[in-house]
Amino acid sequence: MAKIAAIPMILTALCVFVGGTLWTVVYSFTGSKLLPKAKWVGLDQYERLWNTNRWIVSIENLMIYGICSLIFSLVIGFVLAALLDQKIRFENTFRTIILYPFALSFIVTGLVWQWILNPDFGVQNIVRSLGWASFEFDPLYNQDIVIYGILIAGLWQGTGLIMVLMLAGLRGIDQEIWKASRVDGIPTWKTYIFIVIPMMRPVFITTLVLIASGIVRVFDLVVAQTSGGPGIASEVPAKYVYDTMFLRQNLAQGFAASTMMLLAVAIVIIPWAYLEFGSRKRD
Amino acid sequence: MSGNGATSVEIKNLDLSFGAVDVLKGLNLSVNEGEFLVLLGSSGCGKSTLLNCIAGLLDVTGGQVFIKGRNVTWAEPSERGIGMVFQSYALYPQMSVEGNMSFGLKNARVPKSEIKERVARAADILQIEPLLKRKPSALSGGQRQRVAIGRALVRDVDVFLFDEPLSNLDAKLRADLRVELKQLHDRLDNTMIYVTHDQVEAMTLADRIAIMKDGIIQQLASPGEIYSRPANLYVADFIGSPAMNLQQGRVENGHFLAGELSVPLASYSFEREVAGDVWFGIRPEHVLVGDDAAGADLELTVKAEVVEPLGSDTLVLTSVNGKRFWLRISGQSKVASGDSLRAGVNAADASLFDAGDEERL
Amino acid sequence: MTEAIAGFEGAHGPKPRRTFSRRNIFLYGTLIMVALYYMLPLYVMIVTSLKGMPEIRLGNIFAPPVEITFQPWVKAWAEACTGLNCDGLSRGFWNSVRITIPSVIVSIAIASVNGYALANWRFKGANVFFTILIFGAFIPYQVMLYPIVILLREIGLYGTLWGLVIVHSIFGMPILTLLFRNYFTSLPEELFKAARVDGAGFWGIYFQIMLPMSLPIFVVAMILQVTGIWNDFLFGVVYTKPDIYPMTVQLNNIVNSVQGVKEYNVNMAATILTGLVPLVIYFVSGRLFVRGIAAGAVKG
Repeated sequence: MAKIAAIPMILTALCVFVGGTLWTVVYSFTGSKLLPKAKWVGLDQYERLWNTNRWIVSIENLMIYGICSLIFSLVIGFVLAALLDQKIRFENTFRTIILYPFALSFIVTGLVWQWILNPDFGVQNIVRSLGWASFEFDPLYNQDIVIYGILIAGLWQGTGLIMVLMLAGLRGIDQEIWKASRVDGIPTWKTYIFIVIPMMRPVFITTLVLIASGIVRVFDLVVAQTSGGPGIASEVPAKYVYDTMFLRQNLAQGFAASTMMLLAVAIVIIPWAYLEFGSRKRD
Repeated sequence: MSGNGATSVEIKNLDLSFGAVDVLKGLNLSVNEGEFLVLLGSSGCGKSTLLNCIAGLLDVTGGQVFIKGRNVTWAEPSERGIGMVFQSYALYPQMSVEGNMSFGLKNARVPKSEIKERVARAADILQIEPLLKRKPSALSGGQRQRVAIGRALVRDVDVFLFDEPLSNLDAKLRADLRVELKQLHDRLDNTMIYVTHDQVEAMTLADRIAIMKDGIIQQLASPGEIYSRPANLYVADFIGSPAMNLQQGRVENGHFLAGELSVPLASYSFEREVAGDVWFGIRPEHVLVGDDAAGADLELTVKAEVVEPLGSDTLVLTSVNGKRFWLRISGQSKVASGDSLRAGVNAADASLFDAGDEERL
Repeated sequence: MTEAIAGFEGAHGPKPRRTFSRRNIFLYGTLIMVALYYMLPLYVMIVTSLKGMPEIRLGNIFAPPVEITFQPWVKAWAEACTGLNCDGLSRGFWNSVRITIPSVIVSIAIASVNGYALANWRFKGANVFFTILIFGAFIPYQVMLYPIVILLREIGLYGTLWGLVIVHSIFGMPILTLLFRNYFTSLPEELFKAARVDGAGFWGIYFQIMLPMSLPIFVVAMILQVTGIWNDFLFGVVYTKPDIYPMTVQLNNIVNSVQGVKEYNVNMAATILTGLVPLVIYFVSGRLFVRGIAAGAVKG
């Protein structure tokens, strides 16, 4: 009976996750255009992919976005959690306010920040109207910094989650650690850096994996905020795949790009899984 | 209450392994009808696993299980004619006491009137009638365990299985319920198989105790037999608190020799030939002290290092041949640490074990 | 309390505390700044949506409206155009409702049974499938987009509402199964054993013992799924046709359409409308929401 009840899970695992992934990888070696065709072309698609400017820009953007988003989410998330962990009043209110953007979709997030960063009406306009006429802050219209405009929105949406996870991690730490460090006269900041953060390693790893797998998926945010523009300056791989497959009817090129994404995720996930299972065996 | 000779539960060559780990190995056990059998051992010895196999909650790897002469090796737990009581009580939190007790009967499609009757009877036996409409969360630990027993009782089964039922209770309640369980067994005369790691429970409740280690039954005998004639070194060391005093040495010319010690073994009844190196064991309460020591097979003077008054009696830690040597003396006697005591040991009270296979000699 | 009582010199009694210590000013000051920053976009959205276009063109986006108008809201809900349709976001809203309700029910039903089977009935190979499922959660969706198009086409559901329901059930399965498996594993195993001795079967135990004990986790799963599915954009745009586009897709089409004059107030009203459902769930469910995302994020 248990097996019959688990059929949807087995089908999903085998047909979609394993089957679908293998299918995509296999068909990335074909010349499929509008419809999948088993016409083998070897590594042509990959060669073309890495010769496409749009893809290179996508990868660069993903790197910048990914590294910044990792560092800023972890730092901001941890600092906010540490501030909230000082037995402050209205903790719930603060937490509720910082986390609410996480309930919103990337589409909503992207559109709001598109509006706030609008140079004619938003932040730039206001600072200029305050008298600083040469002030320039128009990330969404400047090819060089557009990705940071997206980063601002992404951080606004996602740091609340990181903060909540970090806060849970901080609360999970034995309170006697704090008592002991107080008795020993260790300053708070030292306790955080040398004792608490090392103890929170599992939480950091979890959030790291979480942020990393989220970064690769960045799609809706870009679609809503900039549609990849100006020009192709804010393209990301997920959008590249979608556009090539569904708008440009160049299936195999999309498969090749998505296979590269899979590869990138595997580079993050496999060491993590290795660490996880390794430590479990030791228990 | 040693039953009437017919076999109630029989286990033949039972094997159980989880992956590469063998938990039970070729285990044989036969429980008489009406018997109270206790499976005793430290954690991880396989006693709960064995109980779960009897209940059908674990699929065996090899061998057979018979209950009342019927092969139930592949039968569902509910078809085996067993009732089971768990350590955490395992009461269904969303059902009332009555609902908990009747759940199994409802599943078995017993007519409503009969369910009512059986629940009422069980509630009467366990004196839980006032609790029937309550939810488990509104009960104390002792009450919960009574309800759990009641749930097994209403099933009207031949065999009751208990999985450490008293371990979650505090010491006083545990002693009370222990007595009640004994009375319940006397009244019902069902077969009961009881898993515990508590020696006192085992000694007080059991008709026979099966001591287990590493998935193997080390000794299956009455509490008295286990206490006075442990079958091997493990059992000797496991039963009794403080444990049996043990000295390693050898047997020569009918004497046990270890360091300065020499004990004539004329009064010891050997079970098999003596061969070379042996363990000599004597329980703390069998060591004679003071004037009683005069004329014993071995007389020696020991120095009290630690004195632990327990009220009813007093434990004295001394050392012999550099090994710990416990004495149990009357609670009235006045001994202080540093005092010298005369002690005596009779070979007839002792247990000897082969140093090689650690079996009783 | 500064003068010493006779024979009682030095420090005594409660340690004096100042409400406005430097530490507190720094702490609360920082938190209030942060909170203001996080509130800002919501404020801007609301304020903009209540202004008329002339006022927006003149002024600054942070200023409160001089003349409050609800016209943008009415327009966003009932008149805004996407392509040829000019019946506003209401169409997308109802589409999202029609997508979300069955998706939430189906995905939770499947995942809770999965989790229960994995936690209590450990059948052969269960762990293999479960591991695949969990790893599957990390595979970029883009990799599986097209194979699913083919699968849905094969069973004739591509471009339909039920096709999307299946997609949401598939992609919700890893996280929900994990959630339920961990919850059921945390329930005492002896309860399950007792029920088996009492003769209850696979479904009997699920419905009579497990379900009544698991209401909190079902609520958590519901919050997780309603927000997740409501906020989805990718699957909506890939697997449905324009007439059943969910709200997020329609919103994006309205706001980012290149034709016509940009009506920022209408856009912001539409944006709030789209965010309203998850926001309401968030503010109403509070702690459960936090528990849901924490449970979803931290694997066990």
